[in-house]
Amino acid sequence: MSGYASARERGFRIAASRWRSAGARLDRFAGAVFILPAVIVILAFSIFPLLASLYVSLARLSFSEGGVQLKFVGFDNYAKLLVGIDHVHFLGLAGPLTPIGVAVLLAGAALIAFWLYRYSRDHARSVGGFAGRIVVALGAGTLLWLVVTTVMSSGRPGTLVVTIVYVGVDVTVQYLLGLGLALLVVQHLPGRRFFRVVFLLPMMITPVGVAYLFRMLTDTSKGPLYPLWVRFGLTDVSWVTNPWGARVAVMIGDVWQWTPFIFIVLLAAIETLPHELVEAAVVDGANRWQVFWRITFPLILPASSTVVLIRLIEGFKIVDLPNVLTNGGPGTATESLTLHAYTIWRALDIGGSAAVAYMLLIVVTFVGVSYVNLFRRRVTAMA
Amino acid sequence: MAILSRGQRSVSATTISFPTMVVSYVALFAWAFVVLFPLYWLAITSLKTPLDVNSGPFYVPFRDFQPNLDSWHYIFVDLGEDTFRPYLNTVVVGLTSTTITVFIGSMAAYALVRMRYRVSFGAIASFISGVAIAAVAVVFGAPWPVGVAAGFAVFLLLLNTIAKRVKPGVGNDDIAFWMISQRMLPPVAVVIPIYIFFQQLQLLDTWGALIIAYVASHLPIVVWLMRDYFQSVPIELEESAAIDGASPYRIFRSIVLPLAVPGLVATFLFVLVFAWNEYLIALFLTSANAQTLPLTVAAQNATRGPQWWYMSVLILIMIGPVIAMAIALERFIARGLLVGAVKG
Repeated sequence: MSGYASARERGFRIAASRWRSAGARLDRFAGAVFILPAVIVILAFSIFPLLASLYVSLARLSFSEGGVQLKFVGFDNYAKLLVGIDHVHFLGLAGPLTPIGVAVLLAGAALIAFWLYRYSRDHARSVGGFAGRIVVALGAGTLLWLVVTTVMSSGRPGTLVVTIVYVGVDVTVQYLLGLGLALLVVQHLPGRRFFRVVFLLPMMITPVGVAYLFRMLTDTSKGPLYPLWVRFGLTDVSWVTNPWGARVAVMIGDVWQWTPFIFIVLLAAIETLPHELVEAAVVDGANRWQVFWRITFPLILPASSTVVLIRLIEGFKIVDLPNVLTNGGPGTATESLTLHAYTIWRALDIGGSAAVAYMLLIVVTFVGVSYVNLFRRRVTAMA
Repeated sequence: MAILSRGQRSVSATTISFPTMVVSYVALFAWAFVVLFPLYWLAITSLKTPLDVNSGPFYVPFRDFQPNLDSWHYIFVDLGEDTFRPYLNTVVVGLTSTTITVFIGSMAAYALVRMRYRVSFGAIASFISGVAIAAVAVVFGAPWPVGVAAGFAVFLLLLNTIAKRVKPGVGNDDIAFWMISQRMLPPVAVVIPIYIFFQQLQLLDTWGALIIAYVASHLPIVVWLMRDYFQSVPIELEESAAIDGASPYRIFRSIVLPLAVPGLVATFLFVLVFAWNEYLIALFLTSANAQTLPLTVAAQNATRGPQWWYMSVLILIMIGPVIAMAIALERFIARGLLVGAVKG
């Protein structure tokens, strides 16, 4: 047994105390057999694209007689996005601060300060934890500053802020709707199987198809909402010409398509919960509200945190809806980061496109790592 | 195994009062309308002539406009082979890649839940050094097999010398996060490298390329979702099976998988949906032979503008099989699988 605990295999040291405590007669290699296929596939498939696009983002691609030439240009592509000619497109145009903007900024700063202060009084604090939280605070502060100066002012948001707005609004609305629907469908109502299948439908349509479908539906002269447009006198001033109108249309499409994803994950999570807990609570006199907040919600928190993380990551890559529905317009008002990368890519600036993609990767990694460390770990530790 | 029978699907102790029921139904039907109306619009658009579509919104067939099957005829008969081949490709690639992904992914998910891994920083550093050597070799003009071999040699060398001295490392959660982080790079950035990758393997425009690409890109989602479902399987069952002398493979196959069926089915469904509907990777990796349906849909946006009527037909025939699958599998995402398992 002790021989197993110290077994080494290509540097992956596998200790299996759980199994040992069960007194199992264990196959030495089970640990590796279970995980290596996935690890090898992901490694083989991810390293090369990651490195290749990093290299391309540091280069300029030019098409010359007889082929393609890569010229190394250092951080030029990144500089162009952050301070150079493309920075209005990427970061947006900052306007003067309004009173509301100042209030939001102050509130945000106070919140971050309070959060850091609370951690400094925590018994489980550590230098590493504190350093990590300061990085998170700085990053969150910068993003907040960007949102406030471009959205809550006379300025205009760049693709980075637009993407963050999409993700924030979409994931929140999708989660609330998906959770609500899952709770409704879980009840033993006649016909609930019909709703389960129907609610899944939007997710099954190819994203390009959904984008075209919403273009049909939102058409102000031929779409089904025509009577509504007439009523509000909007047939001439199409929503496409209004930046926020266009953004809301994109977000409605995204919510429509991806609410089912959260719905079905939470539904399956609720369905796998042990029955006895709820029944015992009901016998003890708990009402539905208490059952939800004390039992169901805490138990589905791990699944919730997973599905929110997946939607966060996928949401940052939104491209089909703004591309087909509004073509990024009016101007660049609805352009997401991926669409931004895509448009410069079509203009054959492959290096610039890879730089945008890497900026997106950095932002998503920042959000993802913060989310996992600050929220998900605690949730899964609780469960 | 008798303890896994699905018999005891007792009605929940919470009985539903009448007002709750009314409110629930109102909410359910409201959302069902939101979901179904766009699909209804697709269905009637597929029955309209271009003139009907362009001359204003018509809602009810036979009353507002005369439905006809021209678009369906065009897609099935005129396009014929150009519809059926992508259809076959989509079915084969979708089902194969999904099955492989769910299988490999749930094994890894189970391992991450029930076993403890520790990858030392030394091993990671050795690996990065190996990759760096390979990358440098390729950039300076070595053929890629030579570079990969050199990198692998360096990796093994460092692993067996320096790496053994480094004790601290990363654990299960870090491995899981590393997996999901592979989905963070937007597809636009990875399609060209992936294209080169499959060009080198001479797999372009084949089922194989798409299947490998989809398995790799959807694995992290399976691992993450299945991890949560496996976590909710009571460990007592596995422990008692282990005491009875079952091997981990046996425990996984006969106890854990059956108990996680709701999660497995849900995961299978949307990985299938993702593979079925994937657009950008398919656009780059396929041309005539292995083209899939999303490309056919997008191709209806011709120079004369989007051909709404053809697009509607294609979208409808695309979701048909997935809906059938959802209806067939829905009952497995049902309550009661675990009832009795723990007691038994």
